[in-house]
Amino acid sequence: MRKVRKYSPRDMKGLIYIAPWLIGLLVFQMYPFIESFIYSFADFNMHKSLQFVGLKNYIRLFTRDREFYSSLFITLRYTVFTVPGKIVFALLIAVILNRDIKGINVIRTVYYLPSLLSGSVAVSILWKLMFMGDGVINAMLGWLGVPPVAWLGSPKVALTTISMLEIWQFGSSMVLFLAALKQVPHELHEAAEIDGARKARVFFSVTLPMITPIIFFNLIMQTITALQNFTSAFVITGGGPMKSTYVLGMKLYTEAFKNYKMGYASAISWVLFAMILAVTLLLFHSSSMWVHYSDGEEM
Amino acid sequence: MKARTLKKSLTYLFLILFGIVMIYPILWMFFASFKTNNEIFGSLRLLPERFSLDSYIAGWKGSGRVGYDKFFANTFKLVLPVVAFTLVSCSIVAYGFARFRFPGRRPLFMLLIATLMLPNAVIIIPRYTLFNTFGWLNTYLPFYMPALFACYPFFIFMLVQFFRGVPRELDESAYIDGCGTFRVFYSILLPLMKPSLFSAGLFQFMWTWNDYFNSLIFINSVEKYPISLGLRMSLDLEASVAWGNVLAMAMVSVLPLILLFFVAQKYFVEGIATTGLKG
Repeated sequence: MRKVRKYSPRDMKGLIYIAPWLIGLLVFQMYPFIESFIYSFADFNMHKSLQFVGLKNYIRLFTRDREFYSSLFITLRYTVFTVPGKIVFALLIAVILNRDIKGINVIRTVYYLPSLLSGSVAVSILWKLMFMGDGVINAMLGWLGVPPVAWLGSPKVALTTISMLEIWQFGSSMVLFLAALKQVPHELHEAAEIDGARKARVFFSVTLPMITPIIFFNLIMQTITALQNFTSAFVITGGGPMKSTYVLGMKLYTEAFKNYKMGYASAISWVLFAMILAVTLLLFHSSSMWVHYSDGEEM
Repeated sequence: MKARTLKKSLTYLFLILFGIVMIYPILWMFFASFKTNNEIFGSLRLLPERFSLDSYIAGWKGSGRVGYDKFFANTFKLVLPVVAFTLVSCSIVAYGFARFRFPGRRPLFMLLIATLMLPNAVIIIPRYTLFNTFGWLNTYLPFYMPALFACYPFFIFMLVQFFRGVPRELDESAYIDGCGTFRVFYSILLPLMKPSLFSAGLFQFMWTWNDYFNSLIFINSVEKYPISLGLRMSLDLEASVAWGNVLAMAMVSVLPLILLFFVAQKYFVEGIATTGLKG
C-alpha cells in the first residue's frame, strides 16, 4: 500500500513562494541548458536555421581542431596552477591570522582587498600595465639586478602572469577559512596539546580535518570558475602571444560571437561542462577519504 | 619566553611584508593615476613627482562622443535594479524553501544546489538566441529578468541558511495571532534578516559591477556601455598613447567598490563567513 502524505494547505503555499524561481529555472537555466546540448549537434547561427549534423562538431573538435587541444591544455594548466595556489595561500594566511594577533582587522582588510576587484576589467588593465616590458615590475627587477622578463610577450611566461593575477585574489577564500577555523572548538586543541602533540601535529590531525568540508566546497567552486576564465586572458593578452593564453573561454567566445559558429561553440561548451562534471564527481568520490563531517552526516 | 617573543615578531614581520606585496598593486594604481605618461613606466618611485589630475580630466571624456559620466550612469542603471530584484526574489524563494514542507521540496532543493554548479559558459549561447527572440539584446533586460526570477541559487542558498537559524516558534506564534504567511515573512522575518540581505546585496553589487563577459555579449551600443565595456574601449583607443587616462579611469571604476567595502566591511566578512562561497 502506498503511503500518502498529507500536506497542509499552508505547506502548499510554499509552492507559490518558490514559483518565481521555478519559472526562472525553466526559462533561463533548464531551457538554455537543454538547448545548448541540441545546438552542439547542429550547424547553427543567428542568420541560419538549425541544421542537424550529428556528431560532426565533436568529431571536428577532437580530430581536426588543433587550436582546441591547445586551448584545452592551456585551460587545464591554468586551473591546476591557480586553484591549489589560491587555496594554499588562503589557508596559510588564515592559519596564521587565527592566532591571537593584534590588528587582525587591518591585516585581513589588506589581504582581502584584491579579491574585491576580482573579474573586473580594471584589475586586468592594472596587471597589463604593471607587467609590460617597461612596466614597474621589470623596473623593480632591474633595481635588484635581475634582467627583465617578458611577462606578457613570451609564450612561455604569459600564462603564469595571468595565473598570478588570479592567485593574488585569494582573500575571499582566506576570510572563509578564517571563519571556519574560528569554529573549531578550542577544547580540541587543548586536549591534543595536553596529550603532548606538537603544534604541527595538532594542525594536521585536528584543525585541518575539521575544516575539510569548507576546503572541499571551495575547491569545487574555484575549479568551476577557473575552467571558465575569460576576462583576464581577453583583456591582458587577448589570448596571445602565439595563442599561449588562448583559454577555452576565449575559444568559445570567438567561435560563437565572432565566427558565428554557434553549434560548434556549443560543442565546446559541452566539453567544458563534461570536464566540470568529471572534476566535481572525482572530488565528490574522493571526498569520503579526506572530507570530515563532524556531525557524521554527508553534505 | 624570549623564543616566543621572537617567534611572534617574525610572524608579524612576515604578515606585514607579505601584506605590502598584496596591497602594492592597488597603491601603485592609485598613485600612478596621478603620474604623467612617462612617469608610469620606468619609474620606481611609488609617489608621483607632482599630483596631476590631467589623466582624470582627459580620461573622463571617454571616446569623445560618450564619456564616463554616461558609463557610470549606465552601470548604476544596470547594477542597482539587478541587486534589488535579486534580493526581493531570492528572499521570497528562500522563505518558501525554508518554512514550507510542500511536495517535492527536497528534490527541488537538490536541484537548486545542483544549479550552483551550472557553468555560465554552457547556457550563454542559447540565452543569447532566446534574448534575441524576445528583442532584449542591447537592453538591460538580460540582466534584470534572471534577477527577478531568482536565477541566483547562491543567494537563495545563503538566505535559506539564514532562515534555518531563526526559530520556527516565531512564525507559529504569529500564525496564532492570525497572521498570514506573507505577513509573517514581511513583518516578522524580513526585519530580522536585514544584515543577511545587506551582505547578499553587497555581493551581488560587487559581482554585477565587475562582470564583463555578459555585458560584452548582451550590450553592443556605446551609449549603453557599462563601465567595464567603457574601460575596455578606452584600452583599445588609448593604449600606447595615453596609458595614464586608462589607468585613471580604471581607478575611478573601482573607487565605488573600495568605498563601499570600507563602509560595510563587517557585512562583507560576515557574508562570506555564513555562506562559505567564492567572492
